[in-house]
Amino acid sequence: MKHLKTWSFAAALAVGVTAVGIAPQPVQAQDSNYVPLLTYRTGPFAGSGIFIANGMNDYLQMLNERDGGIGGVPIEIEECETSYNAQKGVECYESTKGKGALVYNPYSTGITLQLIPKASVDKIPVLSVGYGLSAAAIGNVFPWVFNAPTTYWDGASVVVKYIGEQEGGMENLQGKKIGYIFLDAGFGREPIPLLEQLAETYGFELLQYPVPVAQMQSQSSQWLNVRRDRPDYMVMWGWGAMNPTAIKEAAKIRFPMEKFIGVWWSAGEDDAGAAGQDAAGYKAMNFSGVGTDFPAIQDIKTYLVDTGKTQTDEEMLGTTLYNRGVLNSVIIAEGIRTAQELTGKKVINGEDMRMGLEALNLTEERLAELGLSGFSYPIQITCEDHAGSHPVFIQEWDGERFVKISDWIEPMSDVVRPLLEAAAADYSEKNAPWPERSEACAQ
Amino acid sequence: MLYDIFVDPFVQMYQMPDFFLQVLWEGFVAGILYALIALGFVLIFKASGVFNFAQGIMVVFAGLTLVGLHENGVPAFLALILTIGVMGVLAYGIERVVMRPLVNQPDIILLMATIGLTYFLIGFGELIFGGEPKRMITEELGLPTGSTAFEFGERGLVILQHIDIAAAVIAILMVTALGIFFNKTRIGRALRAVADDHQAALSVGISLNQIWAIVWFAAGLVALATGIMWGARSDVSFALEIIAFKALPVLILGGFTSIPGAIIGGLIIGFGEKIAELYWGGLVGGGIESWFAYIIALIFLLFRPQGLFGEKIIERV
Repeated sequence: MKHLKTWSFAAALAVGVTAVGIAPQPVQAQDSNYVPLLTYRTGPFAGSGIFIANGMNDYLQMLNERDGGIGGVPIEIEECETSYNAQKGVECYESTKGKGALVYNPYSTGITLQLIPKASVDKIPVLSVGYGLSAAAIGNVFPWVFNAPTTYWDGASVVVKYIGEQEGGMENLQGKKIGYIFLDAGFGREPIPLLEQLAETYGFELLQYPVPVAQMQSQSSQWLNVRRDRPDYMVMWGWGAMNPTAIKEAAKIRFPMEKFIGVWWSAGEDDAGAAGQDAAGYKAMNFSGVGTDFPAIQDIKTYLVDTGKTQTDEEMLGTTLYNRGVLNSVIIAEGIRTAQELTGKKVINGEDMRMGLEALNLTEERLAELGLSGFSYPIQITCEDHAGSHPVFIQEWDGERFVKISDWIEPMSDVVRPLLEAAAADYSEKNAPWPERSEACAQ
Repeated sequence: MLYDIFVDPFVQMYQMPDFFLQVLWEGFVAGILYALIALGFVLIFKASGVFNFAQGIMVVFAGLTLVGLHENGVPAFLALILTIGVMGVLAYGIERVVMRPLVNQPDIILLMATIGLTYFLIGFGELIFGGEPKRMITEELGLPTGSTAFEFGERGLVILQHIDIAAAVIAILMVTALGIFFNKTRIGRALRAVADDHQAALSVGISLNQIWAIVWFAAGLVALATGIMWGARSDVSFALEIIAFKALPVLILGGFTSIPGAIIGGLIIGFGEKIAELYWGGLVGGGIESWFAYIIALIFLLFRPQGLFGEKIIERV
């Protein structure tokens, strides 16, 4: 009997192994453009990651369904689950780059930092839409990395500028206290140099409250510190489970919500919704449209949601982070389209894609043609500026939904740009021998 | 520097007594919640000598089942009862599929099995409930929300969240109930017999399998209570699993086999880390809470390896 069991198990194993061996492996079709998407639908950050993953996937899939792809060539989309883990992200990169990947969207600053040195070697651009290494905006040092429409440093300057406006002028920041609560990871630490610089320039005191990943859902100490320090404003760089916890804790210590401002990754409806009415007044930066009143979003509904070809529920359509994922894929799609125009090729490679992204010019007219009029500020990338330092706006939670409360606010580019250049030079020096840019400007 | 370390924190405590009281309250609540997680570990370790790596994911699984059932139209209290049933089925399944075939295997094999169980529950949970965070049905379960503020003096203020008070009361009730169950009932005494010596317990007719199923079920109930309380403070998501590792220093402190130890250990860690973070954390840039508990545990390990209430094991060769 025991032998029978052993043999049955061995036979089942053999059949399984054979089945895996002969199963068709995904191979890039010669007539498609392959776009791997590094996503996270599992793990501690899935709460934010699922929205982004669905938005990215749906827009590209909708183009396949509606237009047959881009330029008549279908997009081959493959998701790879990273769980927001840098090691898994690199594994995803290594396992997909050989399939003709056009571009990588790591959706994690930690993974982005790992991929930056690989991009120029493998000739595949890295696109980190509104995250990653701020200094990568300097295109002459980082020709293979793009972080449009704006960087964390630009975002941090917008927050300080906005606070200055609320106080009646930047000179009134003198002597004020601004608290900075952040996920204690590459993402959250990224804007600190800029904030420290601005604190020195404008004379405010910067108080830092790091939140380790293990403490994301247990932040009472950080917020007790806030209560004791009594900062005039709180700024948050949070992601995943950190956001709803922080907003609940802020409400708990009765911090005035109208003086609490989050980065665009702390702008999810679920983040503020966890505290409901108690979160009314909470603000967050944003650079992508909210809602479903865009023809392209309606097309996603028609071609995918209504036909059951997506994992997206109808309620998720139009939410802040979902639309952010859509904007990410708009940049990918327009990069492919621009590359096709520049090279005359339908099926492009990573080098072509780099050129396409570098020549990207998403004008108001083009956004309208895409069915996304007003969805984003026009985005233009140049050879020198891979971020564009585009403006962002402020939205406020009214207890039920986010409402746009400001115009587009320009970052302090005059302050940020020299610091970005210095940081890029510093990066290339510390990572010597960093390759000199040899790629021709595509414009 | 010496002033900042040895004098200033105490001056602050004296000058802002309301804030110090608030810190103590937060430490107490955190301690109670850590103790709840640690309790789940202790129950299983006592009965089977297994360090249940899956306790954290059981917290998530129980919370998600409760919220998931309610989202699908099941009334809150019925969802609670059904979730208790699910935890019972899970306990029975674990005993049949994981524990029973591994009787008499080395401890490390059992630990590995619970790691496997963790990944199974993560995948199974994500398959059924998805990865999105869910809002705990606090009000629907009749748990209190809101807060009470005690104001005194010009700026004195202590805020007590009603859900935190409820967490403390529920934790105390659970510990009392478990204490009575283990000390006063036949099954409880059988469980203690199993904990003392498997072979001897078997020889007097105690069913090891039944005891293990009961213990895993009790750990499941503790996981459910923990999931509700932590979920109400934040949300119910897979990120909650990470919190479970906070139980490790609690267990080292209190001992792996002691229920009172889990409570006392939890409270020491809760008070210790809050006071350290709030009064000394600033000296090193903050964020010491995540590792300070391990420092306390390490110091205890040096002087009392079996923990405060753990059994001192003397092995003669």
